[in-house]
Amino acid sequence: MATSITLRLESPEATAALGRRLGEAARPGDVVTLGGSLGAGKTTLTQAIGQGLGVPPTCYITSPTFSLLHEYPGRLPLYHLDLYRLGSEEELAELGVEDWLYGEGMAVIEWPDRLGSMLPAERLHIELRLESATARTVTVTAFGSAWEERLAQLSDQPPAFSCQQDQDGGAG
Amino acid sequence: MLILGIESSCDETAAAVLANGERLLADVINSQVPVHSRYGGVVPELASRKHLENIQPVVTEALRRSGITLDDLDGVAVTRGPGLIGSLLVGFSFAKAIAIVKNLPCAGVDHMAGHLLSVFLGDAKPEFPYVALIASGGHSSIFRVEDPYTFRLLGRTRDDAAGEAFDKVAKLLRLPYPGGPEIGRRAEGGDPRAIDFPRSWLEPGSFDFSFSGIKTAVATFVQQREQRGEPLPLADLCASFQEAVIEILAEKALLAAGESGCPRVVLAGGVAANCRLREYLAARGSEEGVQVFVPPVEFCTDNGAMIALAGTHLLRAGRTLGLDADVYSRFQLG
Repeated sequence: MATSITLRLESPEATAALGRRLGEAARPGDVVTLGGSLGAGKTTLTQAIGQGLGVPPTCYITSPTFSLLHEYPGRLPLYHLDLYRLGSEEELAELGVEDWLYGEGMAVIEWPDRLGSMLPAERLHIELRLESATARTVTVTAFGSAWEERLAQLSDQPPAFSCQQDQDGGAG
Repeated sequence: MLILGIESSCDETAAAVLANGERLLADVINSQVPVHSRYGGVVPELASRKHLENIQPVVTEALRRSGITLDDLDGVAVTRGPGLIGSLLVGFSFAKAIAIVKNLPCAGVDHMAGHLLSVFLGDAKPEFPYVALIASGGHSSIFRVEDPYTFRLLGRTRDDAAGEAFDKVAKLLRLPYPGGPEIGRRAEGGDPRAIDFPRSWLEPGSFDFSFSGIKTAVATFVQQREQRGEPLPLADLCASFQEAVIEILAEKALLAAGESGCPRVVLAGGVAANCRLREYLAARGSEEGVQVFVPPVEFCTDNGAMIALAGTHLLRAGRTLGLDADVYSRFQLG
């Protein structure tokens, strides 16, 4: 069972506001998975999550595609993973991915499908879709009861979601 | 002074033997690109496994081509970071083992320092200080190089590396890996002014880069064309994208040279192999009165020779590694 909401974010600023709100509300061990094609705004969203978590502005949140994982200091640590280049679950196990999934910080994971059976049951999934050069459709899905409650709170915060909201509850 | 240099931070397992910091006796590279092309990038686990298979034959071959044995060496130099930990450890442990067994000094070289000094492996050598632009799959940075040990970071990417932007755009266009050379080739017949992709200059005075916006611009362009059922103007698209990235890289490097008062720009890293970047920088450099130096193409990508070279300087200065030294994954130079 999963609950999701779909938002249309008209500008990069609206996407950033969503990210900051997530970062501000982050708790230790949180897992946020990101989906969407190249250029859909996964990096921008992660940078905003980092802002919300209090990652210092001098600490650039750069693409982890090349180095797989970046860790940033904040109110909680931010672990930014890009699993695109991984092939199998054994590779993930050897890399010790679980240390970051259940660590003290918030894990933001691109290409989460690579996790296979290691994909946490409790997580928030954000799917970004490119609508135009600046607008995005964002579907936020809560997996697990804790995230379902928090999703309701998140969507009650108009500043983060200043744009049109479509309730799409009970999906999945 | 005979130094063995070993590099295993990413794709290549490489070893080289350098005499007196200037004469290259052997330079052996075993690339993993065919292994990776299937995945469209470097797969870390595959990378470390391949490094393990390659390291001993590559080092042996470098010694054989140099006509020497381990007993003739005066020291060992090895890449310590930044890079993939599993991959780095293969070369690092191998080098430490040689140093211990043969009682040789061992230098831990920063991969970026190797690139920053790689120009000295060619014939045209700059004077110190100089401004260096490193552009590769993992890095896009501008440094001021004061001497062979002192590097000051002036700017770096805030999101994607230049080479990564090339790779990702190539993937978007369904071109084979590695994407950089492929885009360069397709761009040859195209018009670099056909599509006006946005240039992200950031705030005035900043030598930082941002390439994630142009990736999005290409994605939007492709999506619009596909929605309208129109074919992609591949040559024009590649040429226009390439021009936008190159213009930012080159202009920022020239600006840094002007501002830091050393009219010398050195190019390094895999993207330095791009013909259009070399051409653009040479032309704009001569307009601005800035001398441009480019290492020979074989030393632009990762190699053991640049590690042997940077290591020779460290060893001459007595900067050797302790037995307990470890590798590091993140950027820390400057």
